[in-house]
Amino acid sequence: MPEIRVTPLGAGQDVGRSCILVSIAGKNVMLDCGMHMGFNDDRRFPDFSYITQNGRLTDFLDCVIISHFHLDHCGALPYFSEMVGYDGPIYMTHPTQAICPILLEDYRKIAVDKKGEANFFTSQMIKDCMKKVVAVHLHQTVQVDDELEIKAYYAGHVLGAAMFQIKVGSESVVYTGDYNMTPDRHLGAAWIDKCRPNLLITESTYATTIRDSKRCRERDFLKKVHETVERGGKVLIPVFALGRAQELCILLETFWERMNLKVPIYFSTGLTEKANHYYKLFITWTNQKIRKTFVQRNMFEFKHIKAFDRAFADNPGPMVVFATPGMLHAGQSLQIFRKWAGNEKNMGTVGHKILSGQRKLEMEGRQVLEVKMQVEYMSFSAHADAKGIMQLVGQAEPESVLLVHGEAKKMGFLRQKIEQELRVSCYMPANGETVTLPTSPSIPVGISLGLLKREMAQGLLPEAKKPRLLHGTLIMKDSNFRLVSSEQALKELGLAEHQLRFTCRVHLQDTRKEQEMALRVYSHLKRLLPTLRTQVPRCCWCPGPTRMRNWGASLPHCSRRVSPRPLSGHTTHPGLWLCLATVPTRTWALTSAL
Amino acid sequence: MKLYCLSGHPTLPCNILKFKSTTIMLDCGLDMTSALNFLPLPLVQSPRLCNLPGWSLKDGNAFLDKELKECSGHVFVDSVPEFCLPETELIDLSTVDVILISNYHCMMALPYITEHTGFTGTVYATEPTVQIGRLLMEELVNFIERVPKAQSASLWKNKDIQRLLPSPLKDAVEVSTWRRCYTMQEVNSALSKIQLVGYSQKIELFGVVQVTPLSSGYALGSSNWIIQSHYEKVSYVSGSSLLTTHPQPMDQASLKNSDVLVLTGLTQIPTANPDGMVGEFCSNLALTIRNGGNVLVPCYPSGVIYDLLECLYQYIDSAGLSSVPFYFISPVANSSLEFSQIFAEWLCHNKQSKVYLPEPPFPHAELIQTNKLKHYPSIHGDFSNDFRQPCVVFTGHPSLRFGDVVHFMELWGKSSLNTVIFTEPDFSYLEALAPYQPLAMKCIYCPIDTRLNFIQVSKLLKEVQPLHVVCPEQYTQPPPAQSHRMDLMIDCQPPPMSYRRAEVLALPFKRRYEKIEIMPELADSLVPMEIKPGISLATVSAVLHTKDNKHVLQPPPRPAQPASGKKRKRMSDDVPDCKVLKPLLSGSIPVEQFVQSLEKHGFSDIKVEDTAKGHIVLLQEAETLIQIEEDSTHIICDNDEMLRVRLRDLVLKFLQKF
Repeated sequence: MPEIRVTPLGAGQDVGRSCILVSIAGKNVMLDCGMHMGFNDDRRFPDFSYITQNGRLTDFLDCVIISHFHLDHCGALPYFSEMVGYDGPIYMTHPTQAICPILLEDYRKIAVDKKGEANFFTSQMIKDCMKKVVAVHLHQTVQVDDELEIKAYYAGHVLGAAMFQIKVGSESVVYTGDYNMTPDRHLGAAWIDKCRPNLLITESTYATTIRDSKRCRERDFLKKVHETVERGGKVLIPVFALGRAQELCILLETFWERMNLKVPIYFSTGLTEKANHYYKLFITWTNQKIRKTFVQRNMFEFKHIKAFDRAFADNPGPMVVFATPGMLHAGQSLQIFRKWAGNEKNMGTVGHKILSGQRKLEMEGRQVLEVKMQVEYMSFSAHADAKGIMQLVGQAEPESVLLVHGEAKKMGFLRQKIEQELRVSCYMPANGETVTLPTSPSIPVGISLGLLKREMAQGLLPEAKKPRLLHGTLIMKDSNFRLVSSEQALKELGLAEHQLRFTCRVHLQDTRKEQEMALRVYSHLKRLLPTLRTQVPRCCWCPGPTRMRNWGASLPHCSRRVSPRPLSGHTTHPGLWLCLATVPTRTWALTSAL
Repeated sequence: MKLYCLSGHPTLPCNILKFKSTTIMLDCGLDMTSALNFLPLPLVQSPRLCNLPGWSLKDGNAFLDKELKECSGHVFVDSVPEFCLPETELIDLSTVDVILISNYHCMMALPYITEHTGFTGTVYATEPTVQIGRLLMEELVNFIERVPKAQSASLWKNKDIQRLLPSPLKDAVEVSTWRRCYTMQEVNSALSKIQLVGYSQKIELFGVVQVTPLSSGYALGSSNWIIQSHYEKVSYVSGSSLLTTHPQPMDQASLKNSDVLVLTGLTQIPTANPDGMVGEFCSNLALTIRNGGNVLVPCYPSGVIYDLLECLYQYIDSAGLSSVPFYFISPVANSSLEFSQIFAEWLCHNKQSKVYLPEPPFPHAELIQTNKLKHYPSIHGDFSNDFRQPCVVFTGHPSLRFGDVVHFMELWGKSSLNTVIFTEPDFSYLEALAPYQPLAMKCIYCPIDTRLNFIQVSKLLKEVQPLHVVCPEQYTQPPPAQSHRMDLMIDCQPPPMSYRRAEVLALPFKRRYEKIEIMPELADSLVPMEIKPGISLATVSAVLHTKDNKHVLQPPPRPAQPASGKKRKRMSDDVPDCKVLKPLLSGSIPVEQFVQSLEKHGFSDIKVEDTAKGHIVLLQEAETLIQIEEDSTHIICDNDEMLRVRLRDLVLKFLQKF
């Protein structure tokens, strides 16, 4: 029995380290290859030894697909391809291919240069890894090999994020990666056609949240930022360089313009500046409005937002700073945080320790930092909420759904909801746990046009609604299957048709003349079988003068149902071919096949 | 399968393919060479053009002098320029299901088709094709609408009058179908019917046909199309290039195994080498500037201009031209330059990797930044303040009949220091210049056409091996001007089928198979038997379901149990017509074994006689005669049904059933 098997190596009932193995019709595909933010040991990368203990990964995997450039989806890629060893194709979209190596390099720098880790992947490995990447267009059908094809759909979430359909024959799986079902200020909404996959693997970050309207969140954010700068405070917004940063920049930029504010907004240098450039060049991946107006005004050329210099942090007076990284665990955002945390006038949006209410933090060198600043947590991350997930499931109409990239408890809730409301079976395997789905693919064969047309033409007759039986012969040669009419099959294989006929002698006692007798039998049959065409043509080869034809007849006086085929072979109507011949003993012979 | 040919212009094609009950229009080219018969539309009142003498017949009859003007021996129509549309009468265009666009030059007739023929289908094109196509249309409409002309000449089109006119007006074809330019409103409405597609995207049409665009290497987003069903494949190759310029390289491999390959849009200047032409362009440009003259380059706002700017970017410093201003004047100049930078995915590999850095893919961004290249929507406004001479001006339209180029021709034409360099191959430069004669300025003709030449075509055809090639008739003979060059035509085996305007071709195609799916439950129930080594047969009796043009075979329903009353009646409706079809028989009966088998089943007193064609087996006791031949058996017995069935079953044991 054919089946689809799915095993998450990461992101099974968890957020981070996305890595899902899919086996479909004998093909093995790895979806995403991410790292886990929460770990610094072996657990930060997926356990690739699960795939194969000692064989080469290339022999086992047909391809790897990366959904978008976030490190929890691509962070383990150089480790996987260069250190574990994989030489097959890696598919991602163009923007992902452009931005992914930069984030990997950034990640490597923090790990190696700042934390001093040894045995980490090198810059050269990132380069070598990216050489294995094949870029895909949206909606392009990429033929990985003769049977396996993949297709990317727009996913929103971040620049270049894509959902992927993996298809072999009539079996298919859709993997969403991270996606967003509502368009925002710079990206569009995820979209997929009604592709009816066997399985939809969807993220479920916000499985239980129906987020309050986007507008409310934005108003809230702007109000808080505005209040802080009004009273002379500084606002620190830790962000990841790419993704939400651009959304918030556009939000603040338009607000500053509308309110005519003069308070400086800074953007931490390097990566983020570069990031905006990517957005300008990949403008076709942003939303409709930005695409339409970019000639007049490129939304990513900011008027109020300037590059940040380290010295600015000590400047007096209010300011807003976007700094990386977003989790405030290292780098510039942490430095600025240390400087500003002591002042309750300031505001920041930060990492989970502070978020959990902890007000005293132990820093490196046992310094204790007391947090007096206001801390606000605001989620602007562009994931689909429960409503969005349900909407996507409705769009794609899968046979079953599998949840990844979320917390187990929330997944459980969503699973129930999907199973109850959409009546679709739903799975949520943990890491290392395999879900097996039996499939029943139909078998494509070629039907001869003659046979099909004959059948379709009969479908046009009255009673077309009534299902009819199609008869034919399936010729199987290697993997080439063809369905043809039985006559054609015989002809093609060079087999002669074998005619089988019967002649029965029926004795009738009558004294009338032959001609008269024949007419009587004829009219008798015609009366008995009024719907049938009955003919009395001249018989060319029987000893007698006449023969009668009757199509599809059931002969009452034979007390059996006969529907043999005619001897002459030029027509395929089921029927009885009667030959009534008068012989000297007044015996009538009924000739028929079978 | 039929091909309706609506355009006679080989590089601006418009064909309709009827394939498996779909009607597919391939491209929508607009022949603008008709505009050459009209007087230019000057932006600024031109006394020279106003004072051209009216044309009169040889006998002095001057009734046409309002419509026709004479300039240096040529006669021009003094009216709003008109364009030659594709044939609209050959086939009812409202029946067209889809239009496939291959590149932005081949969609200029789209508003005429989608807005005025009752068309209700969908148009498919790539994003760059649509965006740049929109710019080309916008520019065209702008050029024509900003110089309103009261007069619309129609008298000369009268067939009897046209005969009396000098050539080329006398020989102009289909003048009655010539139309004035569309409006922006029509353009927007036409473009709203386009659905965007990406390369290698498979698009299903009504479940019967699949169409796929492939990169053609000629322009940003330019595509060839594959139109295929499961058993037939038509390739439509239109405007392809194998040269390495800015677009993504041509996808040749996917064109393999075509039954029919429709080949249009080859180079219009088969004798010119594009690289050589670019070199000539640069050196002539430098020479003119050094001598203190101005250079005018009539061009389209997108396409080759990007490559020219890139060449100049590398060339100007070495040629000492860094202080010379370059002007690009077009209502869509800014948009075109901006759009060129955002289509990273549609560019060649080199340019793509620049975007990954991230840097703009085209160096004209730097030319603009350093103020070497300036762009203006028109000669009015800012341009008049910034204008410095000597300079280089890129502007449209290449026909020299409308657009800002008309002004520069009038302005610079009188001085032999200035040069006009023709790079676009679409218009004959001599005809384009005719209404400006006599002209003192130098004219250089360096047509740059990167589309396939005949050597590349024959190599391509050898590689992709289509069964049949279909092309415009112009490609089946050498160009009229070079009739001895037998190498300037398509050479392939079998020879190509050619078409001309308003012709209908029946394509040599025999459809024999169609895809059908067998449901797994049905497949399980099939019993294959091996007839020959490697070939198995299975008899199939199934219910055919057809939905959305997809055919599925399902297992026949089990005979329903007779139920009571009303219900039974309904049940019997659903049960298919289960007449057991007589199987076909094959094989032959070995007489000896058959006789043994008869004996085993209790028949005695069997006699076998040989006949000319086989044997006769006589069962004397049962008064039965069995004639056995190579491929027929005839049983003649008494009216005894039991006996007949017994004999039948014995015979069938030796035969194969289908």
